[in-house]
Amino acid sequence: MKNLIRKIKFIDKTFQYLAMAATFFVLIVLCVLIWNIFSNGLLRINGSFFTNLPSRHAERAGIMTALAGMGSLLVITIVIALPIGVLSGVYLEEYGKKNKFASFIEINIANLAGVPSVIYGILGLQLFVRMAKMGNSLLAGALTLSLLIMPIIIVATREAIKAVPDSLREASYGMGATKWQTTSRITIPSALGGILTGIILAVSRAIGETAPLLVIGALVYVPFVPEGPNDQFTTLPIQIFNWTTRPQEAFIINAAAGIVVLLLITFLLNGIAIYIRNKWYKKMRY
Amino acid sequence: MKHLVLVFFIFLFCISCFKNYSGRIDIDGSSSVYPITEAVAEEFRIMNGDVRVTVGVSGTGGGFKKFARGEIDIANASRPIKDQEAEAALKAGINFIEIPVAYDGLAVVVSPQNDFVDYLTVAELKKIWEPAAQGKIKSWAQVRQGFPDIPLRLYGAGTSSGTYDYFTEAITGKSKSSRGDYTASEDDNVLVQGVSSDRGALGYFGLAYFTENKNKLKLVGIDNGKGIVFPNDETVTSGVYSPLSRPEFIYINSKSVNKPEIQQFVKFYMEQAPALVKEVGYVPLPDEVYAIAYQRFLSGRYGSLFAKSSTVGADLVALLKADSLSTR
Repeated sequence: MKNLIRKIKFIDKTFQYLAMAATFFVLIVLCVLIWNIFSNGLLRINGSFFTNLPSRHAERAGIMTALAGMGSLLVITIVIALPIGVLSGVYLEEYGKKNKFASFIEINIANLAGVPSVIYGILGLQLFVRMAKMGNSLLAGALTLSLLIMPIIIVATREAIKAVPDSLREASYGMGATKWQTTSRITIPSALGGILTGIILAVSRAIGETAPLLVIGALVYVPFVPEGPNDQFTTLPIQIFNWTTRPQEAFIINAAAGIVVLLLITFLLNGIAIYIRNKWYKKMRY
Repeated sequence: MKHLVLVFFIFLFCISCFKNYSGRIDIDGSSSVYPITEAVAEEFRIMNGDVRVTVGVSGTGGGFKKFARGEIDIANASRPIKDQEAEAALKAGINFIEIPVAYDGLAVVVSPQNDFVDYLTVAELKKIWEPAAQGKIKSWAQVRQGFPDIPLRLYGAGTSSGTYDYFTEAITGKSKSSRGDYTASEDDNVLVQGVSSDRGALGYFGLAYFTENKNKLKLVGIDNGKGIVFPNDETVTSGVYSPLSRPEFIYINSKSVNKPEIQQFVKFYMEQAPALVKEVGYVPLPDEVYAIAYQRFLSGRYGSLFAKSSTVGADLVALLKADSLSTR
């Protein structure tokens, strides 16, 4: 009996340490990565790094056009993907009938969320760049990225709406509200925290995407800030990728500095997502 | 969030009010020619700020595909256009003017810890890299008598790069004919890392990557039957470093030739190339070549000089002169 207890306790402890080791492993990898990048790149970051155009001189090269390209790309992507994604999510959760066809759609959306991003790039190349004759423009890039993040937004919207308790809806119906009034005044506002979190996470995924944009023909040397949806563009990940392939050491440092900026933007977006979620959950005490 | 978006759009709108541009030049293609064209575009912008020049990196093959679709004005290429590519372009009504812009030597390198290899003959390189060597030539001892029995690990360009096409053609005699069991990467810095830390490693890539990593690598001389030659500016330009020095090209779309911005750009390219090519780590062509090539552009000589012959060991000056004299 005593032996058995000892054995069980041993297993217990072992599992605890194993789980701890796994957690620390991940943390250490992250720390090494961040330390490596920041120690290389942090000193390179100064004002002119943000305002300079691409250049063959590493010390004169900057990320202005890459940042502007990325920013405009994301804004257009959100404008396209947000309404479609959120509305589909609301439809599937609130209006759609729960039958076999619905579950078929559900499975396919989950599958779409897992399709490798380069495949969206190939689709975008054929559909938007060539058939719709948009060329390698911001609009074509944004449409491609919209396809990429739409499943994520739909899934997040559905989860958020699912979490709204039925009692709230029933109370609304009880007051004589119509379906539209209930959805627009009760359900969506209650779920907005979750929806926004999902959208921000989707955007922070889109930020790092390089493969689909390279496929649709995003460029590397773009010495101007895009001024409209038909302009050509480059983005920060592409700029970083190009710098890492240069022979000169100084470009590798530039790449590290670019990664620092990209990481900070991602951290910031994720931080905003967490902040909104916490704030909303405090406000929405059912 | 909404305010941020609004502010951003206003910002974009404001910039667009101040900027104006006349004419655009779309360039795409090889990643090895990219640094040269980027340098030219950067300098060109100082004088002609209102012309929008963009450069992409789709690889030589990818660039020619876009060229044939009429999507770009100039294609960067680290090898001459292939027959099928030229046909595809002609079918779409696009002809091209071929302009050589620089030489690039391919460096064959080993790790600094490697104390037994000073030079390799072309035949030995062929023995190592030919498809028949796959799974068979695994040790340095098999390469030459007297080499130690150390495992041979190979690093080379990825199959979609022009470097791969050229190296395989120069060494095994046939483009794209190479063994497959080696570490391939499109990113030459990965190859540099791989070779530098492995005593049994052998790799090849553009000379610029060796020059920037001199202390991490050891250059291998090439014996092509006329003595051992190391790649440097003189041996690459003079063609003594044969067969591993190759010309790099730009191809001008015949539909764009008459645009004033393209004419300015090509003129500028030919004027600035000798200085800029050197600055970005490549080897400039003899001045004569730039002069003849520019004349060819002005007189509208379409077609490739290498439609029938290979670039391996080609003498550009002689080829260009012969072509200018002939009346096609």
